[in-house]
Amino acid sequence: MMREQAANMSSTEPILTAEMVREIQALFPRYPNKRAVTLPALHIVNDRLRYVPLKAVVEIAQLLELAPAEVQDTLSFYGLFKQDQPHGRVRAWVCRSISCALRGGEQVLEHLCHKTGIRPGETTPDGALTLEYAECLGACEFAPCMLAGESLHRELTTAKADEFLSHVRPASGAGHSSAHA
Amino acid sequence: MSSFEPVLMANMALPDSHTLRVYESTGGYQALRRAIKELTPVQVIDAVKASNLRGRGGAGFPTGLKWTFLPKDHPGPIYMCINADESEPGTFNNRYLMELDPHQVIEGIILSSYATRATTAYIYLRYEYPLSWKRLQAALDECYAAGLLGKNILGSEFSLDVYLHKGAAAYICGEETGLIESLEGKRAWPRIKPPFPAIEGLFRKPTVVNNIETVACVTQIMARGVEWFKSIGVPSDPNNPRDPGSYGPKLYCLSGHVNNPGCYEAPLGITCRQLIDEYGGGVWKGRKGKAAIPGGISMGLFTEPEFDTPLDFAGPGKVGCLGLGTAAVVVLDETVSMVDFLHNSCRFFQHESCGQCTPCREGTAWALAMLNRIRAGKGRLRDLDLLLEIGDTIGIIPGTTICGLADGAAWPIKNAIRKFRGEFEDYIKRTNPHGYAVTEPVLALPVLAGAH
Repeated sequence: MMREQAANMSSTEPILTAEMVREIQALFPRYPNKRAVTLPALHIVNDRLRYVPLKAVVEIAQLLELAPAEVQDTLSFYGLFKQDQPHGRVRAWVCRSISCALRGGEQVLEHLCHKTGIRPGETTPDGALTLEYAECLGACEFAPCMLAGESLHRELTTAKADEFLSHVRPASGAGHSSAHA
Repeated sequence: MSSFEPVLMANMALPDSHTLRVYESTGGYQALRRAIKELTPVQVIDAVKASNLRGRGGAGFPTGLKWTFLPKDHPGPIYMCINADESEPGTFNNRYLMELDPHQVIEGIILSSYATRATTAYIYLRYEYPLSWKRLQAALDECYAAGLLGKNILGSEFSLDVYLHKGAAAYICGEETGLIESLEGKRAWPRIKPPFPAIEGLFRKPTVVNNIETVACVTQIMARGVEWFKSIGVPSDPNNPRDPGSYGPKLYCLSGHVNNPGCYEAPLGITCRQLIDEYGGGVWKGRKGKAAIPGGISMGLFTEPEFDTPLDFAGPGKVGCLGLGTAAVVVLDETVSMVDFLHNSCRFFQHESCGQCTPCREGTAWALAMLNRIRAGKGRLRDLDLLLEIGDTIGIIPGTTICGLADGAAWPIKNAIRKFRGEFEDYIKRTNPHGYAVTEPVLALPVLAGAH
């Protein structure tokens, strides 16, 4: 991956597509300066590429007339944007904060880690799933819960977690994933 | 209490409650039409001031008073920031408003902007709420199409744009100046105040930051009147002329070990026990309650006898908690280990400290390291005093940090150890009976290395 990224860096082909650039530029009139478009631009790239490699940071900085270090500084503050490699086709956030923890959230996260062989922050080798822990998802009445893509999974049990895995990784890690969430 | 009719949640059970059609069919946007036609901005501010509405985001600052801090006759622009970065553990009432009645929120934003002469409003919405994003964006689109937003709203001189801005999973963005920094495209490091945002806020311009539930209350105050609002809740203390009281309805969040967790609307001032028993169906599994978080984890802990404390702005402080906070109650039943509770709390704040102020960054990290060690059976009795020393010395209240995150980190430590000290001592004596001094590092249990 690092080598791939190094190749990306040296490539003259931009990593931001014309569509991404248009989407970013369309936000300029909403703010009195371009720097305020930093987080929206990072989201636009992250939604498409599932990560924001350094080359994208440099291109965003050019668009926003900032130093790449300014964009990188903001990016690195938040826990959301991966830079080394894209997250999985599904990124699942399992809540570990108090309301979920009181109803077994951490056991569900451990179960998912055990079943997939990955730890929070890691991606299954088939690229199907990235597991993350989350701090309070704001769905405490459904504890324990998990946000996978845009789907909120409520009142999780290990059985429901297994069902989720069978949707995300139907061939239990060997084959392709169906689109989930 | 039985005569109380929900207002903020009144429409949420209707089919398609999130649409403009349904909202207008129940009288929605009538308050805005009336205000724009008949009231000056100052009259709207006066009404909100007279209602004694206090901010619902956690600090409870009087909303109308906050608005009056804006400079008079400022050439503009003045900005409105709507804090929808709801991240306090246990809290989810803003999500209900945004998903199920977004127009009630937007009407409040337009009214608040009209009052403060703001011409642009940004809704800073947390990343974890994709459905709220969709519902708010659809509602904003409906408003633009209906002439409720944009240039010359409802044919008046008043123009307003409202934009959604997505956060990136950081608790600190709920602190109002952290939110402003994040919106500006920077790391969300809270600012030293003064200057307060009303004088120098977003893009260095006068700015008001209000919570989602607060602006929903503005809608209802302008629709139903100040007298209605002040007929609900707990009046000001007559012996304290500076007490604004606790008026109005409140969206309480209830979760943890109760039979029916959920979001419940009740008059400000119901007791924690009423909320648990009458709304939540009691503690689950027939067990007894042991403790409860009164208003989000940063507010500290009630013991079981303290469940009779009223959940108004003054109540939780009377039993040593930080305050009402977000009015998010999390119930811990009799089986919960307070060591585990405090570990969970310390882990949260260590993860979410923004790292700007040394007492908070280091204090939250060392508190977690000590809790990890205590849980691993290598605790020492004097660790409890060390933890209390951290708790007593980090935060705005002791005066060592820029924002209140550290006070929020400190309160669960102080309350858990001072109110349940015997349990901590028993745990340490049982798991480390020889009480030897530990010098070697201790690994965390369980190991869940994260992405942050």
